[in-house]
Amino acid sequence: MSKRRTYIIIGIIFILAFFAGNLVYPQLLKLPYFPEIPFKLGLDLQGGTHLVYEADLSSVEGEDYNSSMQGLRDVIERRVNLFGVQEPIVQTQETIGHYRLIVELAGIKNPAEAIEMIGLTPYLEFKEQRLEEETQKILDKQKEVEGKTFEEIQEIENWQLALEDPYFISTRLTGKYLKKAEISLDQTTFKSLVLLQFNDEGAEIFKELTSRNIGKPLPIYIDDLPISFPTVQETISGGKAQITGSFTIDEAKTLARNLNAGALPVPIILISQQSVGPTLGLISLEKSLKAGILGFLVVILFMILFYRLPGLLASLALGIYAALVLSLFKLIPITLTLAGVGGFILSIGMAVDANVLIFSRMREELKQGKDFAQAIEDGFNRAWSSIKDGNLTTLLVAVILFSFGTSFIKGFALTLSIGILISMFSAIFITKNFLKFFVRTKLEKIKWLWV
Amino acid sequence: MALGLITMNVSFLKYRKIYFIFSGILILASIACLFVFGLNPGIDFTGGSILEIEYKIERPSNQAMNSSLSDFDLGEIHLQPTGERGVILRMRNISEETHQEIIQKLGEKDEIEELRFESIGPVIGQELKEKTKIVVLLSILTIVLYIAFAFRKLSWPAKSWQYGIASLIALFHDVLIPLGIFSVLGKFYGVQITIPVIVALLTVLGYSINNTVVVFDRIRENLLKKAGDYQEIVDKSLNQTLTRSISTSLTTLFVLISIFILGGETLKYFSLALILGIIIGTYSSLFLVSPLLVSWLRWRKKI
Repeated sequence: MSKRRTYIIIGIIFILAFFAGNLVYPQLLKLPYFPEIPFKLGLDLQGGTHLVYEADLSSVEGEDYNSSMQGLRDVIERRVNLFGVQEPIVQTQETIGHYRLIVELAGIKNPAEAIEMIGLTPYLEFKEQRLEEETQKILDKQKEVEGKTFEEIQEIENWQLALEDPYFISTRLTGKYLKKAEISLDQTTFKSLVLLQFNDEGAEIFKELTSRNIGKPLPIYIDDLPISFPTVQETISGGKAQITGSFTIDEAKTLARNLNAGALPVPIILISQQSVGPTLGLISLEKSLKAGILGFLVVILFMILFYRLPGLLASLALGIYAALVLSLFKLIPITLTLAGVGGFILSIGMAVDANVLIFSRMREELKQGKDFAQAIEDGFNRAWSSIKDGNLTTLLVAVILFSFGTSFIKGFALTLSIGILISMFSAIFITKNFLKFFVRTKLEKIKWLWV
Repeated sequence: MALGLITMNVSFLKYRKIYFIFSGILILASIACLFVFGLNPGIDFTGGSILEIEYKIERPSNQAMNSSLSDFDLGEIHLQPTGERGVILRMRNISEETHQEIIQKLGEKDEIEELRFESIGPVIGQELKEKTKIVVLLSILTIVLYIAFAFRKLSWPAKSWQYGIASLIALFHDVLIPLGIFSVLGKFYGVQITIPVIVALLTVLGYSINNTVVVFDRIRENLLKKAGDYQEIVDKSLNQTLTRSISTSLTTLFVLISIFILGGETLKYFSLALILGIIIGTYSSLFLVSPLLVSWLRWRKKI
């Protein structure tokens, strides 16, 4: 192989390293027009909360599970968006008969508030006026039970009736049928109003309700508390209604939000919570960075002391390796968690291994009296099968970990896998060409540098 | 003269019975510890809560904190002071309301900052346990099959599946002993087996196999050269790969020790499990796997 090719490859490697280095640490040279891409940090490094909810689907037919979960996800997503968190994640997950919802809010300052907001399962319903005789019956009953103890009350016939709302009765129209609620402005009065949109089934019920309640109120209750008392003006078909009143914009917003929240199709229970405050995240990040840098320096020192010039070359290769891996983390982008950083730091150790294998083999070949160029070739070829087999087994374990894991395991497996792949590339491409650079140079003859 | 030029000539096979006895004792001790002390599973597996807080001015005594929490039904509370003003509380799985009440209660006298809160339900813990079992079994199976496949061209004197079995025994060895150590640490220092520790042990599997593969690879090469009888070849191969095994393990250990010291709470036991596993794995790949293979063949009178 000609020397010229080696020079060209080394040139390309350095250009690549230059770009990777600037991508990883743009603050150093501050090149103009160079894209500044930040690392994507996981919840444990930037602070945030990871919530797992279990959905109670007992009131839902089996075939509607998926659509219920989708609906749930949409509602929660809408609620979560109110927090102004960057890229909130809301995912559904099915594990052997359990339907779950995973919510990740990065950088959130007050997870308790978010949990409260998400966990609300207000029950939204429309009520209509009772017939007069019913109202009277209930009022009478209520008078009857007044001032009596609970035991005495239980002896009265139909005492449960006294607990009912005397004026309004529940209808079939509940939050289940509400598609969305949004705020708007009245075109003529410029007052805030809330627009309601029902789904098809809800539209039918709404039409029927409005047609038999013209001129009467049709109040909206959340958790059995009236939040709005609109009066029906006419029969409304098409499933669109508006609530007018003298709200301020904020009140209209709250109403719309409550209505959306009330549209939660199934109840959910928080079964797991992991929250990390921003302070701890920052500390963890600093600590693991320090650990990484120290580990890296010790490895370089060891390599140079133990392997002389090749050790120095390997350290250079290792530096380029680190820059390449880190810039890949930025470009893909990989969400870096503490486990991911651990995986990356570990992969530095494994990247060294490939170099160690090659140098050990090269030394042996040199000791057998082979010339330098031949020793490089043979050393590489002999070492390759070990590098390949060894890295492939670790890679296989990483893939298994990835496919089964929780987020901690996934972060680790992913960065370790990327690290292993790049380290193989670094050994056969970068280190080898660095060594070849010295073929037929004066340094080649100085034995103590190499063995 | 450079270190690497010293020609290693350790007689690995001559004293193999001593190594077997040594490993045997360690394995038995580990199994005994596991039986007597058991493992101390973290909340990832059992469900429970961890709350890490930091006081602004001064951390109250454990007693004071315990008594201020006595109104809550929290089961057994473990208090572990961290840093100068921090404390980690471990207790049963609690609801968000209880969590908020506890924060309020603890912050009555001195302002506190909540650093971390985890609460994991028992269902999730149970599922994770099942999942972990599958991952461990699958990883071991894959590794053994891969070894048998990678060395499929080897048939004399040991068959490729025998290489697989020998490495399987070593894998158990490499995982059992750290687990034994963790059971002792769990009993006396409250160290828990968490997901990171399990991941570390699985990585040890891959790592120790890596070392074993390098040795096998050398044996394969030397067998093709027909450089003596099987026992000589194995001994020679081990000596040839010794420097490499030690320097590779050392570099990885350097990195891990640096994580152990500087890396913070989450990565501490993760790196400890890796450190233990890599030391034991390096030992087994040199002193256990190949000597086992030779003893096996001798016993079957194949060599």
